[in-house]
Amino acid sequence: MKNYLKICLPLLCAIFAANFGYSQNEITITHEITVLGNTKPIPVSLDGFSGEVADVLKFDLYVQGFSFVTPDAAQYQISGSNDGNVVGRVADKFARTTLLTRSYTGASLRRQAHAFADDIVFAVTGKKGIGQTKIAFKAQPSGNGPGEVYVSDFDGHNPQAVTHDNAIVSKPSWTPGRLGLYYNSYKLENPDIFYSDLSTGQRRVVARYGGSNFSPAASPDGSKVAMILSKDGSPDVYVSGADGSNLKRLTTGIEDSSPCWSPDGQWVCFATKIAGRRLLAKVPADGGTVQVIHTAGAPNPTEPDWSPDGKWIAFTSQTSEFDICVVSADGSAPPTVLVRGQDPSWSPNSRTLVFNHSVGYLQTLSVLDVFTKQVKDVGRIAGSDSEPAWRKDLNL
Amino acid sequence: MKTKLIYSLAFMLAVSLAATGCRHKPVNVTPMQAGMTPPPPTEPSAPTLPPGPPMNPVETPTATGIPMGSQDLYENMVQDRAALAAYTVHFAYDSAVIRKSEQANLQSIAQALAADPNTKLLVEGNCDERGTEEYNRSLGERRALAAREALAKLNVDPSRVFTRSYGKDKPADSGHDDAAWQKNRRDDFVLLHPQSGSPAPASMGGS
Repeated sequence: MKNYLKICLPLLCAIFAANFGYSQNEITITHEITVLGNTKPIPVSLDGFSGEVADVLKFDLYVQGFSFVTPDAAQYQISGSNDGNVVGRVADKFARTTLLTRSYTGASLRRQAHAFADDIVFAVTGKKGIGQTKIAFKAQPSGNGPGEVYVSDFDGHNPQAVTHDNAIVSKPSWTPGRLGLYYNSYKLENPDIFYSDLSTGQRRVVARYGGSNFSPAASPDGSKVAMILSKDGSPDVYVSGADGSNLKRLTTGIEDSSPCWSPDGQWVCFATKIAGRRLLAKVPADGGTVQVIHTAGAPNPTEPDWSPDGKWIAFTSQTSEFDICVVSADGSAPPTVLVRGQDPSWSPNSRTLVFNHSVGYLQTLSVLDVFTKQVKDVGRIAGSDSEPAWRKDLNL
Repeated sequence: MKTKLIYSLAFMLAVSLAATGCRHKPVNVTPMQAGMTPPPPTEPSAPTLPPGPPMNPVETPTATGIPMGSQDLYENMVQDRAALAAYTVHFAYDSAVIRKSEQANLQSIAQALAADPNTKLLVEGNCDERGTEEYNRSLGERRALAAREALAKLNVDPSRVFTRSYGKDKPADSGHDDAAWQKNRRDDFVLLHPQSGSPAPASMGGS
């Protein structure tokens, strides 16, 4: 009996200690305080990686709320190598457990690094990472005038031009469920709305009415598109089928702009002007009464984007500068001002925003973790990059 | 007693191992597929753009503004940007209200249109570089529509007047100061002539 206890008790103690530590850690994660703009980053250490792989891991983790410290101070110790292929390991220092051990093969080291970053994010937070997601945006040689629509990795790498028109373009919008984009182009001289299928390169006209046709936004299920048309004598919000058919006018405001969708497809949110004041508002996607969304404290709101989890609406507030702001979609909390910038677009996991901000008289894309406010610029494609749109469905 | 203890210890050990097993992951390999990026978009060699959808009947809640005809009604006309260049209408910051100081320009434009019933008019609304991009696109359109409505009050048939907005993408002055901004907050007016040889409108024919 005593012998058994001598052998078994330390073993049991070790197992229980490990388990207990793990549970404690789980509790920490569950109760992670996520306050917009005021959350502490998760301290990690990064060892054994070099060059592009180290750069990718640092970029991806930084804009998803991780900070880099020495192994002693780290909650999670990330180690591995990139000799030929990426091999990585994540250890939870407090729980003294290994969360993840994985190696990657094929494609490029860069893509292996993004995949490892996503696995780290999932192992630590339980949420899908953004490392392998895509954005679309407009790129102009100068701060105004002609440009092209581009798609790239979320960090600006691997850019590919979608248009080759040397025409004014604006507001690309991904179509969920299809590899395609709506955008506004002046290719046929007037501002019209086009759809480009990225797998075939073919495109078609979606809206080419008299007056202006711009600001397209695909619905979350891809079956409809919201847009601004002035064919009835006022720039207002319209909704049509994905191909432009069954057009329906939703608003009669004096000057409406920038429609976006609630993730359940029930609402179209937009910027409007009532009695000379700029406001955000929403209208049922099938038509109905316009309701104001309160953004007191963040004046002159425009360019709303509703988070995929339904909780938040990000927008641009204009004073003497432009600010990226986030307000709770149900109006339960006042807006939070995050950083300088314009035209935010949510990541698929509703945690990160891509937006553009001024550098001199040009625009640069930037990626922001809304909880820690950690922000990094994306590599520049053309002289001025703006109006980014994050592809919401993760699987291309 | 001994046996019981052994069994219970063994059981607890088994349960603990089962519970902890999931975090000691074996070395996993993730093969990366080659086709993660979309194939490069290719432009059709001769991109043919089909006409837009037909003008479907639209449920209009409470119509504001004066409806506009389709682009087909003017897209083949000849643009004369010089004819009305002297009558550019300017706006206050973030405003689409036609100021009294601009009325004389609109009267001149109305006279030019009255002088030749074959002509039509394209109004291009523009903004200064302040303001967000799509907001400026709508503001520019509202400025163009404001001129169209003002011209209607001067007895210009609105079916002859078309609008488009350039937002802040077509500044008249590329500067970044008050003087440039004032010049850029504007409506440009483009006189549209029928192509030579094209028949006159039916209403003008015969007499």
